[in-house]
Amino acid sequence: MEVAQQAISEATVQSVESPAKEITGSAALLEALIIEGVTTIFGYPGGAIMPIYDALYDYSEQLQHILVRHEQGGIHAAQGFARTSGKVGVVFATSGPGATNLVTGLADAQIDSTPLVCITGQVFAHLLGTDAFQETDVINITTPVTKWNYQVTDATELPEVIAKAFYIARSGRPGPVLIDITKNAQIQKFKFKGYTPCNHIRSYRPKPIVRPQFIQQAAELINAAKKPFILFGQGVILGGAEKEFAAFVEKSGIPAAWTVLGAGAIPTSHPLNVGMLGMHGNYGPNVLTNSCDVLIAIGMRFDDRVTGRLDKYAKQAKVIHLDIDPAEIDKNVKTTVPVWGDCKETLPLLTAAIEEKTHPEWLQLFREHTKQEFDLVIEQELNPTTDEMTMGEVIKQLNELTKGEAVIVTDVGQHQMVACRYAQFNNTRSNVTSGGLGTMGFALPAAIGAKFGTPEKEVVAIIGDGGFQMTLQELGTVMQENTDIKIIILNNRFLGMVRQWQELFNERRYSFVDMKSPDFVQLAAAYGISGKSISDRKDLPSTLQEMLAHKGAYLLEVIVTRENNVFPMVPQGCSVSEIRLK
Amino acid sequence: MEHQEGKQEFNITVYTENQVGLLNRIAIIFTRRKINIDSLNTSPSEVGSVHRFNIVITETEDVVRKLCRQIEKQVEVLKVYYHTNEDVIWQELALYKLSTDVIAEKVSVERLLRENGARTVAIRKDYTVFETTGHREETDNLLSILQPYGLIEFVRSARVAIIKDSEGFNAKLREFERLEPGEEVIENEFLNEGDQVFTM
Repeated sequence: MEVAQQAISEATVQSVESPAKEITGSAALLEALIIEGVTTIFGYPGGAIMPIYDALYDYSEQLQHILVRHEQGGIHAAQGFARTSGKVGVVFATSGPGATNLVTGLADAQIDSTPLVCITGQVFAHLLGTDAFQETDVINITTPVTKWNYQVTDATELPEVIAKAFYIARSGRPGPVLIDITKNAQIQKFKFKGYTPCNHIRSYRPKPIVRPQFIQQAAELINAAKKPFILFGQGVILGGAEKEFAAFVEKSGIPAAWTVLGAGAIPTSHPLNVGMLGMHGNYGPNVLTNSCDVLIAIGMRFDDRVTGRLDKYAKQAKVIHLDIDPAEIDKNVKTTVPVWGDCKETLPLLTAAIEEKTHPEWLQLFREHTKQEFDLVIEQELNPTTDEMTMGEVIKQLNELTKGEAVIVTDVGQHQMVACRYAQFNNTRSNVTSGGLGTMGFALPAAIGAKFGTPEKEVVAIIGDGGFQMTLQELGTVMQENTDIKIIILNNRFLGMVRQWQELFNERRYSFVDMKSPDFVQLAAAYGISGKSISDRKDLPSTLQEMLAHKGAYLLEVIVTRENNVFPMVPQGCSVSEIRLK
Repeated sequence: MEHQEGKQEFNITVYTENQVGLLNRIAIIFTRRKINIDSLNTSPSEVGSVHRFNIVITETEDVVRKLCRQIEKQVEVLKVYYHTNEDVIWQELALYKLSTDVIAEKVSVERLLRENGARTVAIRKDYTVFETTGHREETDNLLSILQPYGLIEFVRSARVAIIKDSEGFNAKLREFERLEPGEEVIENEFLNEGDQVFTM
């Protein structure tokens, strides 16, 4: 905000010096982006956005534009950028197919609350509705998958609309915003009177008011609880409340488990971090959800993959739900005490109101469950005795080398669950994955964006052989930008998660999951990217080391065992306490 | 009008900015969940710049409450209320077109109109248009009465509803316009205290 404020005053000064400064809509858009603190844009040009690209030619020193290979790659990259940097990701795309290619990323960002501002070009306003070349009704297509969208047909609207777009994208529960700009508005010259960021829209309440009585009620429940249990999600990270959260956990002494998107909000190694929730989460957190007496949900939304069968979910427990989005309260799980508000504000109040406690016996119960899970699942996954490698041992080796400091970007499927289960996260914003939408093809472009969002960190993309082939054209972007990302393809030569379900629930009828792949190392080589493929365990540590030591992008294919299953598993339609260890 | 599984008619009142595309944004909240909108009316409200939607659906209160939260989450929506039919005064308007010859010949039609509180809004050589306002049963009743007389055209408006215990939106809007609005604006409804009229 400080940067923005400073920039505004400069802009104001500018406009005072030249009050009648006439600029095009395109230039006004780029001026606005600069004042909003945008440094990086992911995009792909085309007919209807050409005036903006023409203006961008003059702004290349202030605005870095990353030319992707497909608009879906552009938006996933912007998501990766937003997730690691905490800033708003910006995407440019043209009208028609350019805009429709954004839809998957918008849906992903919407369900995972990722702040984005997408700018799409549109045909001239007088052509709207005429089925003009590359005309699509982008506003209506994207309405269900955006937090807000708006079509600009007159350049004079642009400064205010862009200001609203950034404010809406980043405030409250963040989300994607799409601004569709007709070509005439991009060309149109108007008197640009400077740019003022938005901080209030009368119909929009990003943060509910914190109610002291609910803080008090929540504290009373927590203080009286014998077996309290914390579930935390990405809300802690989005709210920048990691410290406040750690203080709450430590004072209360309550075991805390995370959703996939909550990973990293407190370090994996934290003594009160008891593991992952959900379908492939850890044994203790799932089973003990149905034993706790007070359930404290913080910045999470009780996704069906977390709750399993709802009518058998934590029925014995009193539920305290902290969320910034009032629509989440009571949506899936009935709340006893709703704590509306930004958890950066509510958590310190709650921490102040609770007694300092420890729950050694209760915590011990989690440890006992972990022991069982270790013996039956984890040991075989991390230290296998089979000839072929497992996904888990690759993650374990990676942990040993990166020491939990790397940003781990995952795609969707078995490798994603294995990576989330076993990767070590020391830092917040170091787990980037498609949680809600489960978008295969997310990881490679998201990793590119993640690297731009946090250039000082090691970014490792872990991808399955299936998902990689959905967006592999972004290797071209890696090549062109010399993006220093490490790509690990965990190749089991199957669409593994679907195959696992077919094995367990469809009598091993392996219907269209046997996938042939190209030679990934040669493919990378075609893009000038170094790589190696290994299938022997003894090569794993040295090759991982080689990969991490390599300057620039590197692709490592690891051939892993074909028919391995991710366990534990809560089968669909079952309660979390019916979780299977095998 | 009690329906199966605890479903009943609910009147949803939505105060919004007047913005292109907002109708779609609100409508898809229902269609996404495969919920039919029985009636939808958009109109100005008691406040100049604020629009008002009246939406009628037949659902359980639990579903209606969740829908209202999703509607209120939309950036350009100021406020959402839901009420049962008992909590609102509501009307629908219906127009009926008949042949003027038939009207002239059948005196009983005139009496029926009077009994049904209808009035004539247009008389032409070939047709006459009657109008009535009231609840669904009333407009339906006149429809069935006129049907035998060769009804040419019939149309009924969406429902408009006034909330019995509302104090209007003027004072609320001033709160909304403040940077730090008071609690009144962001009411906490989920505890559903004392069967108070639901507001968000």
